[in-house]
Amino acid sequence: MQLGRVVGCVWATVKNPSLEGYRLLLVQPLASDLRDTGKRLVCTDWTGAGAGEMVYWVRGREASIAFLPGQPPSDATIVGIVDSVHRAAAKTSKPARQPAERH
Amino acid sequence: MILARVVGTVVATRKDPRLEGKKLLVLKPVSPEGKDEAGYVVAVDTVGAGFRERVLAVSGSSARMAEGCKDTPVDTAIVGIVDDVRLD
Repeated sequence: MQLGRVVGCVWATVKNPSLEGYRLLLVQPLASDLRDTGKRLVCTDWTGAGAGEMVYWVRGREASIAFLPGQPPSDATIVGIVDSVHRAAAKTSKPARQPAERH
Repeated sequence: MILARVVGTVVATRKDPRLEGKKLLVLKPVSPEGKDEAGYVVAVDTVGAGFRERVLAVSGSSARMAEGCKDTPVDTAIVGIVDDVRLD
């Protein structure tokens, strides 16, 4: 699963019957430092996420499993809305622990 | 799923029998703004898309979930014709 941000939505009137009734949202994938990374993609939405919300999404065959017993032809699905993210600070070239001073 | 534009067709006489009667189209991925992106992909059409139309393509094993593609050797399928993309 990856983090992403909802940046838009997609309308498609003519679609495969097995995709009827599913919301299609445009998602910008986010890196671990929450900066934009990679190309935007279209996801089916399981959560009811709105514009600008941070979400996590699943890709691959599992994307359609989120909707069981229905199995839409989807390779990316938003499966959660992110409340908050906590992560360790990025590593720097400086050593994490300074050697103790001797007296 | 990706947004793409139909840029051509593929004709294949000799093929897996489970692909018979299926339309094969050449897709060029596009950005949400409509600009062409690198690469191309051949996809099975399940919605009756036409030349230059902007479509929604699903890839991987999920493509087989599309109606008409069950148990077929397909890894990319066109599952929708895009009317509009709204950027928030």
